[in-house]
Amino acid sequence: MFPAPFDYHRPDTLDEALSLLGQYGGDARVLAGGQSLIPAMRFRLARPAVLVDINALGDLAYLRETDGVLAIGALARDAALESSSLIESSYPLLFDTGAVIADPVVRQTGTVVGSLCHNDPSGDWGVTALACRAQIVVRGKGGTRTVPIDDFLVDSFTTAVGQGEMAIEVRFPSPKPRTSGAYQKIERKVGDFATSCAAAQVTLGDDGTVAEIGIAIGAAGPTAVRVAGAESALRGSKPSKDAIRAAADAARALADPVADTRGSVEFKKDMAGVLVSRALLAAFERLGVGGLK
Amino acid sequence: MSTTTDSTPQTHSMGHSMKRKEDPRFIRGHGKYLDDFTLPGMVWMSLVHSPYPHARIVKIDKTAALAVPGVIAVLTGEDLAAHNLAWVPTFHGYDKQMVLAVGKVLYQYQEVAGVIATSREIAQDAAELVDVEYEPLDPVTNPFQSREDKIILRDDRENKTNHIYHWEVGKREETDAALAASDVTIKERIVFQRCHPAPLEPCGILADMSPNTGRLTLYLTSQAPHAHRTVVSLVTGIPEDKIHIISPDIGGGFGNKVPVYPGYVVSAAASVVLGVPVKWVETRTENLTTTGFARDYHMDVEIGASKDGRVTALKVATAADHGAFDAAADPTKYPAGLFGIVTGSYDFPTAFTELDAYFTNKAPGGVAYRCSFRVTEASFAIERGMELLARKLNMDPSELRLKNFVRKDQFPYPSPLGFVYDSGDYHLTLRKALDLIGYDDLRKEQAEKRKRGELMGIGISTFTEAVGAGPSKHFDIMGIKMFDSAEIRVHPTGSAILRAGTKSQGQGHETTWAQIAAEELGLDPQNIMVEEGDTDTAPYGLGTYASRSTPVAGAAIAMASRKIREKARKIAAHLLEAPLDDVEWTNYKFQVKGQPDNALTMQQIAFAAYTNPAPDSEPGLEATFYYDPPNLTFPYGAYIAVVDVDRETGAVKVRRFLAIDDCGTVINPMIVEGQIHGGLTEGFAIAFMQEIAYDEQGNNLNTNFTDYLVPTSLETPHWETSSTYTPSPHHPIGAKGVGESPNVGSPAAFVNAVMDALSPLGVTHIDMPLTREKVWRACRQATTA
Amino acid sequence: MKVSVTVNGTKYEREVEPRTLLAYFLREALGLTGTHVGCDTSSCGVCVVVLDGERAVKSCTMLAVMADGHQITTVEGLVQGGALHPLQQAFWDQHGLQCGFCTPGMLMTSSILLKQNPNPSEAEIREGLSGNLCRCTGYQNIVKAVQQAAGAMQPQPAEPVAS
Repeated sequence: MFPAPFDYHRPDTLDEALSLLGQYGGDARVLAGGQSLIPAMRFRLARPAVLVDINALGDLAYLRETDGVLAIGALARDAALESSSLIESSYPLLFDTGAVIADPVVRQTGTVVGSLCHNDPSGDWGVTALACRAQIVVRGKGGTRTVPIDDFLVDSFTTAVGQGEMAIEVRFPSPKPRTSGAYQKIERKVGDFATSCAAAQVTLGDDGTVAEIGIAIGAAGPTAVRVAGAESALRGSKPSKDAIRAAADAARALADPVADTRGSVEFKKDMAGVLVSRALLAAFERLGVGGLK
Repeated sequence: MSTTTDSTPQTHSMGHSMKRKEDPRFIRGHGKYLDDFTLPGMVWMSLVHSPYPHARIVKIDKTAALAVPGVIAVLTGEDLAAHNLAWVPTFHGYDKQMVLAVGKVLYQYQEVAGVIATSREIAQDAAELVDVEYEPLDPVTNPFQSREDKIILRDDRENKTNHIYHWEVGKREETDAALAASDVTIKERIVFQRCHPAPLEPCGILADMSPNTGRLTLYLTSQAPHAHRTVVSLVTGIPEDKIHIISPDIGGGFGNKVPVYPGYVVSAAASVVLGVPVKWVETRTENLTTTGFARDYHMDVEIGASKDGRVTALKVATAADHGAFDAAADPTKYPAGLFGIVTGSYDFPTAFTELDAYFTNKAPGGVAYRCSFRVTEASFAIERGMELLARKLNMDPSELRLKNFVRKDQFPYPSPLGFVYDSGDYHLTLRKALDLIGYDDLRKEQAEKRKRGELMGIGISTFTEAVGAGPSKHFDIMGIKMFDSAEIRVHPTGSAILRAGTKSQGQGHETTWAQIAAEELGLDPQNIMVEEGDTDTAPYGLGTYASRSTPVAGAAIAMASRKIREKARKIAAHLLEAPLDDVEWTNYKFQVKGQPDNALTMQQIAFAAYTNPAPDSEPGLEATFYYDPPNLTFPYGAYIAVVDVDRETGAVKVRRFLAIDDCGTVINPMIVEGQIHGGLTEGFAIAFMQEIAYDEQGNNLNTNFTDYLVPTSLETPHWETSSTYTPSPHHPIGAKGVGESPNVGSPAAFVNAVMDALSPLGVTHIDMPLTREKVWRACRQATTA
Repeated sequence: MKVSVTVNGTKYEREVEPRTLLAYFLREALGLTGTHVGCDTSSCGVCVVVLDGERAVKSCTMLAVMADGHQITTVEGLVQGGALHPLQQAFWDQHGLQCGFCTPGMLMTSSILLKQNPNPSEAEIREGLSGNLCRCTGYQNIVKAVQQAAGAMQPQPAEPVAS
């Protein structure tokens, strides 16, 4: 199956790319990895008149820690996280996530930022970004702005990126001491969209209580969503079986999945709870806190 | 003149895991598959599909499509009807199938029009612009709704009913009486879900009507090129000598490339009319939604037994969903294929089975996906039934089987449903499996785990299948008997060419056929060139499917080789100046009895056949054999699966899977093992993740690889394999065939294992695919009960 | 639009539409039919080629125009100086193919897998190949083939230096 015809540009600079996006507005789509866009175009579900290919902007392919922030540029591939010893050692939630995006070939081309901008309801990076309280850096003709992830993910396939703008970076806070996280995903097979997915990121205080917490679920509504109820169940006290159970139940209550070949609403809601529970258990385990099952 | 020679290299090749001769081109990317062929002036065809499962066609407006630059023609059912091509017979012979819809559409994605254009992209662009007006009708989406005949689907048939046929075999009254008199009975509705073989290479055709030769050449993804040639001739009226079918390298068949598809007919017709080559290659979506599906049997299984576990009777009543046309490629007298094998490996005193087939608003087909003509369905039914019986009797499932197996001394065994099983030693094979898997230890482990509420299961499947169709007395496809053929010609310098009527789609015939002939002729299999698939040169055969190639064509190869050997013996006698009766074939040589130094190799004979032929016979050294098998063959096996179930998520982990197969003589153990690995993986997929489901509005829910799931290397378990050896007494080399055994036997092993795991929860049966949700639900219902 | 792509070491310049997929460009414009097409959802991997020697890509999910100025290696480029690549030899030795349709993609994905992980475990191989489907082999012999190739591609131990 072949895409409908379109015009194609491959700018050499970011300014050129932004200029093209401004010029064509809603008729243009950014082409980074293309691992979601091109399949949609092959089915003619997406029919952009113009593609702006940003793959020549090699400067955007970075993954670096600076000033308390892990900055991932627009062209950093999913696979870069899987193969990074920095990510493996210091960002376990991101490392977990990177290992289950799509399949190992698609990951070599797909990008983290592109995935966030695509905002598929079953996408993984949105869930993890919420749990980490990430921020997206958006640039346009008017300048650069930083958007918190909770404001960035607007609706299915819709983000805060406006016409003539492009997301150029996602920033994850560098972890404080006693911070860890974990990602859980149920998929029927590698490469399937998630049946259910959940991320948990936890920081323990010196007294062993939960100082900071981020919990999010995906494939459970129009967009990945923060489970605030789960976070408050855990924040401020020592991790406990009851608190984890309450967090899981909060996820079940909040989950608003669509029934499809992957499962009924009832099943997916329950899986949201199970995966939040398992993500928390794994995160606490990594912090040396066990016995919570 | 007598000579002595050193033995030629690698003459003894049967049973050797010889590396495949076909691989060098595949590993270099030089395989020639259908879409790799191009011809000068070639144009492309793209199909238009119906979005509705059931609708009248009000009108088709081609205007916008024809206006696209590069579009050459737009064909509809009406256009084809003018050439008598609107309908083609299905392989079953009982029915016919629309090529392009005429009057109404009968399944979602049915082919409605064909666009011919100068590029693939333009053909697709224009296909989008063909404007079809439909008047939707209510759909019929399952056989039970269909049999009510409230909505009649087939206006074209004389009898206005959705009921296609009734088939039965066995003794109804005797079976009913035996069931009624049994101490214990089980009865269960067992569904084998609709699924699809989904080979990685989609179907396609390159049709070339040449004005120079007046011949229609069809490059075709065909598992049965000669049968296709005959059908094309019958349908088009073009004489068979003017039709040339070339089936090139095929990227997987599994039964998907047996039927004649609308895309083939439209392309061939277009080529004849336009006088240019026309290529059509389907998309994956078209493959999954329109080409031959598999299974869709709803089986009511009843088994009776004495209280000490001796079976008394088997009754199976089936409702078969054939989709919109009966395109199940079955032998004529066997509308339900070889379903009569449903008594399986057990000695039932009496049995009865009946089947009613119905039309529904779904894609046509039924016989595909390594099914051996419905043996997969039958095997699943009996192996699930026996498992349910074991549970009811509170008997170990292996004990129940051992108690009821046909015994070795009962072979050849006439089954109550009309088969004569050739050979088997079921007790030996199951015992070997139980031993190798460590069955007793596994049951102990299971008992421990059950105390802790952990769900572990062990599932057994001891299947017997019937393959090698088949004897001319009983088997034909559209009237053509199901023999197969081999033609072997030995060259002067001692190598040979072998052509057969079969068509490999990955089974390795270029190697295995050479091995058979090499063994029979004392030649090097590296120097026996094997060709299949070109109808101009290959002898007539019925093709490769239903595991028939080794039983039938393999036999033909052995018999043709023996004809050659017999002629060679005469030449040897002439050269050795000995009486014919004194010359024997020993140790891959012709020697005068008792004089091993007075011997000749086949190489020497071959040379002499051309340089010094015997005075009373023709020069040359070749033979053709058309083999009509005296019976089917009955490969069998014992499979054991061990699973662990996560009750929180319903996930099932297959911890171990052991497959012991007995296919009689094995030509190439490496190739057989590869077939087992592949078939087990397909059975695993069917058991856990595959289904072509339609909703109540007739929408196909599994139209591409995102929703029709093929397991990856990560989900696929590690397979443990072994074998026992019970040759077929009626086959020239004792071989039974094996390609489909793993798909026949494994689904029940997986399901039995999961049911065994869930049995403490009181769950007895769940239909495939055993998705996480189904298992999760079963666990929840049990805990809340 | 004009594209200039180096494929298996040879530079090609062709006119393409922006929507031409790389897989079809390779197969039809360049006649390199070893790269196959098997699905329409980027699921099967029979189209995998290598980009710039470092990335396995599904060529059905890449536009030919994106390859302008880049290097592509297809299965036809694995043979070097007439000799089979160790992966090709291993697939043959270990019966890692039956119909051969998935084989080019498996070879190309494996080549990058081994580049990034020269000594993978069975689990790592199964994980690394999980973007490539096979219907014939059940993957088991493909895993063995990659293991054999990994062994064959290990740098040989250096000769001890005579003292």
